[in-house]
Amino acid sequence: MSNDSKKLTELSRRGFLKSTAAAASVAAAPAMFVSNANAYVNAPKGKSVTLGFNVPQSGAYADEGADELRAYKLAVKHLNGEGDGGLMNTMKPMSLKGNGILGKKVEFATGDTQTKSDAARASAKRMIEKDNAVMISGGSSSGVAIAVQSLCQEAGVIFMAGLTHSNDTTGKDKRKHGFRHFFNTDMSGSALGPVLESEFGKERTAYHLTADYTWGWSQEGSIKNTTEGIGWQTAKAVRTPLGAGDFSQYITPVLNSGADVLVLNHYGKDMVNSLTQAVQFGLRDKNVNGKDFQIVVPLFSRLMAQGAGENIKGIYGTTNWNWSLKDAGSQAFVKSFGAEYGFPPSQAAHTCYVQTLLYANACELAGTFDPCAVIAALEGFKFDGMGNGPTEYRAEDHQCFKDVLVVQGNDNPSSQFDLLNVVQEVPRSQVEYSTTHLGGELGSCNNKA
Amino acid sequence: MKIIELSTSKRDLLILVVFSVIVLIAPLWGSLIGAGYPDLLQKFAIFGLFAVGYNILFGLTGYLSFGHAAFLGVGSYVAVWSFKLFTMNALPAIAFSIVFSGIFALAIGFLCLRRTGIYFSILTLAFAQMSYKLAYSVLTPITNGETGLFVLKDDPRVIDGALGIASAENPLASLFGITLNGYEGFYFCAVVLILGFWLSMKIFRSPFGMKLVAIKTNQTRMEYTGFNHRPYLLAAFVISGMYAGLAGALLAVVDPTAGAERMVWTASGEVVLMTILGGLGTMFGPLIGAATIKYMENIFSGINDTLLGTWFDFLPQALTDLLVTIVSPFVGSGWHLTLGLTFMMIMIFLPGGMVEGAQKIKAKFFNKNNTTEKLESEQLEKDGAA
Repeated sequence: MSNDSKKLTELSRRGFLKSTAAAASVAAAPAMFVSNANAYVNAPKGKSVTLGFNVPQSGAYADEGADELRAYKLAVKHLNGEGDGGLMNTMKPMSLKGNGILGKKVEFATGDTQTKSDAARASAKRMIEKDNAVMISGGSSSGVAIAVQSLCQEAGVIFMAGLTHSNDTTGKDKRKHGFRHFFNTDMSGSALGPVLESEFGKERTAYHLTADYTWGWSQEGSIKNTTEGIGWQTAKAVRTPLGAGDFSQYITPVLNSGADVLVLNHYGKDMVNSLTQAVQFGLRDKNVNGKDFQIVVPLFSRLMAQGAGENIKGIYGTTNWNWSLKDAGSQAFVKSFGAEYGFPPSQAAHTCYVQTLLYANACELAGTFDPCAVIAALEGFKFDGMGNGPTEYRAEDHQCFKDVLVVQGNDNPSSQFDLLNVVQEVPRSQVEYSTTHLGGELGSCNNKA
Repeated sequence: MKIIELSTSKRDLLILVVFSVIVLIAPLWGSLIGAGYPDLLQKFAIFGLFAVGYNILFGLTGYLSFGHAAFLGVGSYVAVWSFKLFTMNALPAIAFSIVFSGIFALAIGFLCLRRTGIYFSILTLAFAQMSYKLAYSVLTPITNGETGLFVLKDDPRVIDGALGIASAENPLASLFGITLNGYEGFYFCAVVLILGFWLSMKIFRSPFGMKLVAIKTNQTRMEYTGFNHRPYLLAAFVISGMYAGLAGALLAVVDPTAGAERMVWTASGEVVLMTILGGLGTMFGPLIGAATIKYMENIFSGINDTLLGTWFDFLPQALTDLLVTIVSPFVGSGWHLTLGLTFMMIMIFLPGGMVEGAQKIKAKFFNKNNTTEKLESEQLEKDGAA
């Protein structure tokens, strides 16, 4: 009896060993298929192609993320020939036909970046590995955008950056597979400088509050360069953690620092909070060194203006795009976004929408989704009618060069969305810099063929 | 007597073999639930390992540490620095990570274990938050702050250089020529997980494990019998810290980056949730909990209205819209809500976690063979009493 049972267990153990080996080989099989079956990563096989939209749905940049997602959905609609076509009516040159991309219906996957690099990379990987996305787009934090951009380079898919403003995205950390339509902090600085000089004079002392990550550092550096170039002093630059919520402990010292300008290198909810608190502390009513105290928010968006309410009035900043622009492209986009959602789009929505169309257009030009060919089609691509005037994707750093808007908080808004006045459209020539100015190396394209 | 002992060790072997098979065929069952892609499978294995290690401290001794993410973060940073300075080979990185996180755990454990209960938890939380703040801003030259540490093409990598291994444009961790991303990365993590699980099983069954359970059961009585509990506690703390460091190193192996956010207190809370959700003090519970939470984070957060619409497509349009409206707050960005509800349900109805649920089901259907299928906790108690 005991002998029998022993035999039984031995048998079953042997059986287990066998099945383990078999299972391991079965399990290893998909790995082989994945790496060699396609000419390039995620080559679409069926009648549809998947794009991955990776935006913050929680955290300090959630408002921007939500608006970006709206824009992506609208872009997919238009690409598939539904709706009124939006910017496809005004974009030129354009190869899009309104039948998807290369005849394949556009589908999309979404993910929550949580404004954290790890989470963003995980959700981008999900979209690449599980949903077979050929392109990832999204942003709202430059730290996240840079992390996802390098992931896309490794994975061999295209990254069309959404809202990311740090120089590093197309500077120090640029990648062959990453493209940015949005402007950067250097452009903001160059555009804002002359306006600040003419409005506030040459003898000012600035105090910076800076979001403590790549974008904040980048903007602080750019604005410092500009303001010190026109003769201003810099009293101090203080770093604040991203998503701090309460900035009062950082604002109190400003009062006694001798500074007469506060530069807020914050974005999203951080900017709404810090500006509101700065105004509540009475900074704008103060008179320092015989001059009125001023606040500058170098990167502005309508969503933030909405959050900050009254406090935004009269404050200067720059923006990539504003819905009040009168050109045909902007009007077409505002109209079709408004018809879909009932309110005008933000600059984040605009840049994401444009990026999706530009990617689709490049695929049509290249005649394939192969990232190497798409990159070649995007590099040096010149286009117009997308709301920013004539624009060029510079081949050397994959950065779009176009006019930059200097805006001011509207004193007498005519509606709850009419919050920013465009003070000046600074021409491209004034904000352009040399191809080597920001350093970095693109590397080469990686289609894993 | 001898036969019984033999069957216990055989039983453990059987458990280990079954466990190994389940882990190794994860790509197969994973694809059934929409999780069959390398990144999530890697996360299952890595966070499973993290939770298994954490369970050695929390499950056996009952000491609730709220700072284990700090060790995970240290493991990641050390591994990435090993990639940057020495070689892209994964083994040295893992070795360094285990050593460094062990030393770090020794220092923190030595201080924190002077207190018990809530004071111990608060102390670990404080140390972890300090580590996070250090990594986030003070130690920026080492950690690259919020942006995170990346492996670059022109890093020194002296060992690779000496061996004449050229630096790739996007350096990836490797194991003697096998690049460890995708499924290769998953199998590497899976093998480490199986080894880690085996070790944890050995600890559960060892006299050392018994003493840890004794600490949990009645520390005073243990002292009266002449045991100094502190060395055992510290050892458990360091071992679980090393597990966390190993998990952190694996995160860096499959994706060569490290960021301060891995050390933030919510990350420490996550492993506590994983352990409790799965089943505190059981061997499989933490693994199940880790997989559940990572599954929700990655899959539920990716479900959007369009996808929901296609799921309910077979129903009449009005009903589809209604269902989409009802379900959509619980998916996409609302995945935290689903996780919270699941956690609440499990804690209210199954305080022993998901493992208790499985045992209840088993007991219901296989009531008659109850004598051979003993519950793990019962066995532990029996062994402890013997």
